[in-house]
Amino acid sequence: MKFGVVIFPGSNCDADTHHAIEVLGQDATYIWHQDTDLSGFDCIVLPGGFSYGDYLRCGAVARFSPVMGAIADFAGSGGLVIGICNGFQILLEAGLLPGAMLANKKLKFLCKFVDLRVETTDTPFTNKADVGDVLHIPIAHFEGNYFADEATLARMKENDQIVLRYCTPQGDVLPEAAPNGALDNIAGICNEGRNVFGMMPHPERCCEDVLTSTDGRVIFESIINAKDYLGDRRCSGWRLAHRSG
Amino acid sequence: MPKVNVYVTFKHGILDPQGQIAEKALRQLGYDNVEEVRIGKFIEMNVDPRSDLDAEVDEMCRKLLANPIIEDFRYEVVEA
Repeated sequence: MKFGVVIFPGSNCDADTHHAIEVLGQDATYIWHQDTDLSGFDCIVLPGGFSYGDYLRCGAVARFSPVMGAIADFAGSGGLVIGICNGFQILLEAGLLPGAMLANKKLKFLCKFVDLRVETTDTPFTNKADVGDVLHIPIAHFEGNYFADEATLARMKENDQIVLRYCTPQGDVLPEAAPNGALDNIAGICNEGRNVFGMMPHPERCCEDVLTSTDGRVIFESIINAKDYLGDRRCSGWRLAHRSG
Repeated sequence: MPKVNVYVTFKHGILDPQGQIAEKALRQLGYDNVEEVRIGKFIEMNVDPRSDLDAEVDEMCRKLLANPIIEDFRYEVVEA
């Protein structure tokens, strides 16, 4: 499976992500933010970092990079797109995912392991997990306080778009388990088409035993499984295919 | 060239921890007559309008300078 890892000026998790994909036995290629040719890729990854210095707002400038137009087309045709941390922020700013990020409630940069409850496995990004699984994955961000207005949140719930929530180690989704104050403990969401996914925690940082946790693997394994499952149908058939299968 | 001042603030109801902390600090300094402190962004720029200055600045704000999901903006042309 061929992953493309986008590099923006200021990305700093690109190499980690590239490495994690290779650890999982897949092909990873860097994509420069000025490139617009995404042909041949099965999944595009927007990695973490501080694109354009996070100036103005996180992701606000990166979303206008030439590659983002190509990614919007790629996503629009059902291609799989995952944004991690700053990548998630860029997808929000680009309008490929609903909502926005605010500064962490206590105005602290948070860099630590957190626990996440898998809320749905009906996505190309979590299909190898079980609902209720608790994933131990690190965060590293200043702006991870997810926000969406009431109507948007209601629509997301109705469409089962909330994929990961911050929880206690026991798997209880309590307000105090959200380290950043995120609305409804939201740590990861997908779009209505389920082929675009964003998460604040860093799965690429925990795919090997030496890195304390290997819980990040299930995200990448799910994507690989989705590719095997979908073949060249892209994700436009995900829900139908998944439901009937 | 016209000079434009843009003000970007969080929408009402959006948590503004910086404003809260500044408010608390002001109160600790004895200014107990202060409330609803909100901290936003002030952007000044010179714009040579292509056609309609208002429409152009409005578009700049919507597209880039503010995120309409969480922020309100207003602007004023200070030197036409």
